[in-house]
Amino acid sequence: MSGFTRVLGVFLPLVLMNVSCTKCNKESTQALPSAQSKTGQTFKEAADQTLNLGNGAEPKEIDPALVTGEPDGNVVFNIFEGLVTLDNDTLEPQPAVAESWTISPDGKTYTFKIRKNAKWSDGSELTAEDFVWSWTRVLTPMTASEYAYQLYYVKNGEDFNKGKIKDPNMLGLKAPDKYTFVVELAHPTPFFLKLCAFYTLNPTPKQVVTKFPGQEWTKEENIVSNGPYKLVEWKLNRHIKAVPNEYYWDKDAVKLKEIYFYPIENSDTEEKMFLSGKLHLTNTVPPLRIPKYEEEAKKMGADATYRAFPQLASYFYRFNVKRKPVDDWRVRRALALTIDRTALVKNILHAGQVPATSFTPPVHGYSFKGDLPETVTPAAIAEAKKLLAEAGYPDGKGMEKIEIHYNTLEAHKKIAVAIQSMWKTNLGIDVGLFNQEWKVYLDTQVKMDFTVSRAGWVADYPDPNTFLDMFVTGGGNNKTNWSNKDYDHYIEQAGQTMDEAKRFDYFHKAEAILLKELPVLPIYFYTRPRLATPLLKRIVGGKYVVWVPNVIDRTVYKNFVLVEKI
Amino acid sequence: MLKFILKRLLSVIPVLWVVATITFFLMRLAPGGPFSSEKQVPEEILRNLEAKYHMDEPLPMQYVRYLGQVAKGDLGPSFRYTSRTVNEIIAETFPVSAVVGLLGLLYALMIGVLSGIFAASKPNSLRDYLSMAFSMIGICLPSFVIGPMFMLIFAIKLEWFNVSGWNEPKDIVLPALTLGTMYAAYFARLTRAGILDVIKQDYIRTAHAKGLPEWLVMFRHTLKGGLLPTVSFLGPAAAAILTGSLVVESIFNIPGLGRFFVQSALNRDYTLVMGTVLFIALLIVVMNLLVDIAYAFLNPRISYD
Repeated sequence: MSGFTRVLGVFLPLVLMNVSCTKCNKESTQALPSAQSKTGQTFKEAADQTLNLGNGAEPKEIDPALVTGEPDGNVVFNIFEGLVTLDNDTLEPQPAVAESWTISPDGKTYTFKIRKNAKWSDGSELTAEDFVWSWTRVLTPMTASEYAYQLYYVKNGEDFNKGKIKDPNMLGLKAPDKYTFVVELAHPTPFFLKLCAFYTLNPTPKQVVTKFPGQEWTKEENIVSNGPYKLVEWKLNRHIKAVPNEYYWDKDAVKLKEIYFYPIENSDTEEKMFLSGKLHLTNTVPPLRIPKYEEEAKKMGADATYRAFPQLASYFYRFNVKRKPVDDWRVRRALALTIDRTALVKNILHAGQVPATSFTPPVHGYSFKGDLPETVTPAAIAEAKKLLAEAGYPDGKGMEKIEIHYNTLEAHKKIAVAIQSMWKTNLGIDVGLFNQEWKVYLDTQVKMDFTVSRAGWVADYPDPNTFLDMFVTGGGNNKTNWSNKDYDHYIEQAGQTMDEAKRFDYFHKAEAILLKELPVLPIYFYTRPRLATPLLKRIVGGKYVVWVPNVIDRTVYKNFVLVEKI
Repeated sequence: MLKFILKRLLSVIPVLWVVATITFFLMRLAPGGPFSSEKQVPEEILRNLEAKYHMDEPLPMQYVRYLGQVAKGDLGPSFRYTSRTVNEIIAETFPVSAVVGLLGLLYALMIGVLSGIFAASKPNSLRDYLSMAFSMIGICLPSFVIGPMFMLIFAIKLEWFNVSGWNEPKDIVLPALTLGTMYAAYFARLTRAGILDVIKQDYIRTAHAKGLPEWLVMFRHTLKGGLLPTVSFLGPAAAAILTGSLVVESIFNIPGLGRFFVQSALNRDYTLVMGTVLFIALLIVVMNLLVDIAYAFLNPRISYD
């Protein structure tokens, strides 16, 4: 028995159903002792340390500066590494390329100490200058980075990206020496450190980016990176293969010998591959199979492969507040009161999603208890009817036709149909449905050519700001025509307050306004259903623990190991 | 004959030009663009993106620029898969689709033509009804039913093949069978109909009267004319089957061209849409030319000189 062998505990039933996000992170570490006696299984490191993952679609891109998608991010987070990385459980920033940092009292200057043994996968040194160059590259207009706005917090970043300033030396990025990187921000930005873990802010290797034309540096034969793994193969629509980066500063923590990312879009195929042992972890689960797996998981307990994990993502409808009848908040509230969110989650979605009574999912100590009902109560219906009458539509009479707009997908359709019938039953109003192909749907939303439109939002970083700053007046993702001066004020204040409690207080005030006026109709918070082998473990404090993906679904396969039973 | 082939090859150019023009402008008419996404990109960044891909120029200029590029054989960089050019994507994925398609096509032809002959050799008999009933099932069952069915039987129950993926030579088999089945069914019905048409002709009666054995009449005389409908279907069928199928490729998770053909349109990946459309158009034109040449051999009444 190797020294690493440890008794394993499993606590699946706790994680399985919709425990709130903050809770489930704690459970992964605390459940060990109690479960030990129940299962009594012991494990040792398996001989074959090749991890096979389902990764959804083919990545568009693996250049950190240009990446936007989830499949791309899964790869980039493992082959590149930023100044900091987020802890798998707490999501608190941890030292990565930067071994330490200091923040000035006004919250506007960040000084990062780059570790001396930080290296690129070609063996060359990774210095502060690399960060200055990489971040400048993201902000350079010709780079055409879609996520360049993640660096608008840097002094002059926005103006430089918009072409108003041409001189890159005016950016708040300095490297006084090889190991010191100083960032000056335009405003104090309380979540900036967390943002430093985001892929857009990862360093890119100047030595190859400038050597090859266009994006050819990301090809398997050219790419150089600085993360725990490095990419060695990228076969279009077949796989991406990553192996440990021997120059990584913390290479002892990298236990897996190979990771294969398989682009598998068809969830049925992915499920079959998992069942035949070709995958250790799937990207999703076919929706129709979830009830069956859920049933199974209850019986199997420790050995269950199915799990659904809470996500920092919100499913909601947007109202176009310039269109009748939803220009009246009373109508919007009446509509919001008469949706049975629990029924939607239980009967249509199945995967343990959380009925949303507020807009922002619980995140990092922030949660807002909204007054939207989880299920429809007679009281809610009475209030809704009263509001409708006050708005001039007694029993829905005389109301302009509402249509629910959504992108063509079976799940969205089912939800829209259910909501249509809920509004019919509870309020007596007839609502139409209309669906559009994805890109047409996006176009319609930009043109505001809808009354009610389906939407989803996934957090970029674990902070309420990623949800709430969406609805400031004129925000690019507002897409409701809604505007509220007080709301704008609170969001702005929150953006300049370093004290967490005060900041959250501003967010609470803002969200209270949002939920009173309801330019959006919160429906549920996402979960991510997955099939995962119980043999994939994380090593925490020398112990094997069951891995619980975090709420932003970001996993760096460092300190991960495949085990086998003894 | 040579003159005919040359003439036909030259006509490829205007055909492709028309296809390119129609596709180019139709595509731009579709709402949305390559850079629209759920997270709305700020206006200035959108302009940066458009500048990078020359989309800030007036449409006619973009059109001329594109045609100039294509004339040089350069299909441009993909909007979505930014580290690859369209040429590279086609070069990497077409061989996969072609290999699967070729095997599927051979299988379809063999099964289809044989069962067509089998059925037509005794019209309205039990064997005719049986093979035609089977071919009807083949036509009616879509590949998204056949594929998982094959997977279930041959990969999961019998474990003869891998469930999906593209790693070993035997990974070709299930996708090829799935792809070929529908075509086999079509070929069977076309062959049967073609043979039944010819079988009533005078020259066949003469052959029988001369006392030739049944199989010799079938293979030497009947089949030559009877295969004409099958051959004319073969052209477009071959082009379609060789360029891959979205459904089969996504079920078996194989890296073929078919997926890109469909997804490029959904992603508004303008250059990839143009590239794949032009490539497939070229393939269809060439296949049809081959069919026309085959005609001349099969049907003495057709001559190209």
